[in-house]
Amino acid sequence: MSQPGPLPAGTRLSGQSSFADYLATQSPDLMPGAAQKMGGALSNGSGADLAPHGTTIVAATFDGGVVMAGDRRATMGNIIAQRDIQKVFPADEYSVTGIAGTAGLAIELVRLFQVELEHYEKIEGTMLSADGKANRLAALIRGNLGLAMQGLAVVPLFAAFDREVQKGRIFSYDVTGGRYEEQDFHAVGSGSMFARGSLKKLYSPNLTEGDCVTAAVQALYDAADDDSATGGPDLTRRIFPVIYSVTTDGYRRLDDAEVGAIADDVIGARMDRPNGPAAPLN
Amino acid sequence: MTQPFYVSPEQVMKDRADFARKGISRGRSVVVLQYADGIAFVAENPSQALHKVSEIYDRIGFAAVGRYNEFENLRIAGVRLADMKGYSYDRRDVTARALANAYAQTLGAIFSSAAEKPYEVELFVGEVADDAEHDQIYRLTYDGSAADVNGYGVMGGQNEQVQTYLTDHYQPGLDLDGVIGLATAALGHDTEQPRVLTAASLEVGILTRARPQPRKFRRLADTDVAAALGT
Repeated sequence: MSQPGPLPAGTRLSGQSSFADYLATQSPDLMPGAAQKMGGALSNGSGADLAPHGTTIVAATFDGGVVMAGDRRATMGNIIAQRDIQKVFPADEYSVTGIAGTAGLAIELVRLFQVELEHYEKIEGTMLSADGKANRLAALIRGNLGLAMQGLAVVPLFAAFDREVQKGRIFSYDVTGGRYEEQDFHAVGSGSMFARGSLKKLYSPNLTEGDCVTAAVQALYDAADDDSATGGPDLTRRIFPVIYSVTTDGYRRLDDAEVGAIADDVIGARMDRPNGPAAPLN
Repeated sequence: MTQPFYVSPEQVMKDRADFARKGISRGRSVVVLQYADGIAFVAENPSQALHKVSEIYDRIGFAAVGRYNEFENLRIAGVRLADMKGYSYDRRDVTARALANAYAQTLGAIFSSAAEKPYEVELFVGEVADDAEHDQIYRLTYDGSAADVNGYGVMGGQNEQVQTYLTDHYQPGLDLDGVIGLATAALGHDTEQPRVLTAASLEVGILTRARPQPRKFRRLADTDVAAALGT
């Protein structure tokens, strides 16, 4: 794309509002994972230890919105590749995506997804529906299936505030692009079993936004407690989970001071009871 | 055998320019103004769906007059160019200057190509910066010429009368309500008897530094415009 020059060929064709489709026809080399696909040298499952992996993401809905939180650790085999990676991103004004799996590919995929949503909104003059967004993400993940078979899987969690029904919604995915709507709460990534077990005991539909944030921090703590690839709150470096809340006013990232205060409370309580809050027996 | 008439190149270009100008002056005017927090595009456009003012990218806005299918085509091309560039490099690398350049090249090529009729459009491309001094506004005409706009600009329709009104009344550093009021009054002064325009017949888009989000463009709803006009 040379700097001074007319609009490149293809830009003036009408009738296409998907940026991913446009990119695939105009510059297929820029599609996520294009280079790896061309290389094709990975044998089955051999990619897993090659690149950093993101781990645990949790999301929970409350009356009037949805919260998503992700721990900060990326691992490469037994090595901690990064201790302050960001794995939850705004996708557009009213939705967020959290990523688990091969970090490089996942971040590229999220970047494409962000442009995809914004592009549609600008071309069509209206925002995609929450389901429309979830379906577009499914299509992008499906495009990565070949790499997933080689161990470079990308499994995001998608949360959106649906403006038609005025509530938060959560969608999970599998590597084939299968899209599943989740009720109330969900978790993905290596620590997700522990996080989901934790949320199961902590969650109730009448939680407020603040309660949901605390529940998410508790769930990530429990995930880090039992999964070596999930990072717990780093008190010495003051690195805390990345947390986004999406409501009718759009998305908002909770700042470090806010999350830090909640994390301090959670840790303080765990000094007395390391396993976290107790749920009543019946 | 018939001998083709000789037509001088000057005449050909003049005819094409007249053709484009006539098409452009048929519609209503669009004005662009710098104000304290950014750039405002104000168009007289009763349609809620067919926009003359649009977002191109984070800090870049677009306004057009003339033939709808032609400027819509250019708008979509601009969005694609900007999104592609931002995706392959970085969001900060998308500039109004590069976009204005691409539009100028394209319009110029179409204007001088014998195979195509000239586009009957004029465009504003604006980019809001961190301070008013570095805001950029370009005006692109049907023949591919590009010009800088300082403070305010008008295109389409009876733009001379509107321009005169703005020259007399514009001052830098107005607030948003003030600039919408001024633009509305200016657009109404395109006839001998000034017309009073209502919020419903106006389309207003702003690029504002006051927005914390990366995307600075906002389209004002009719109620916001009515509030700004005090009606």
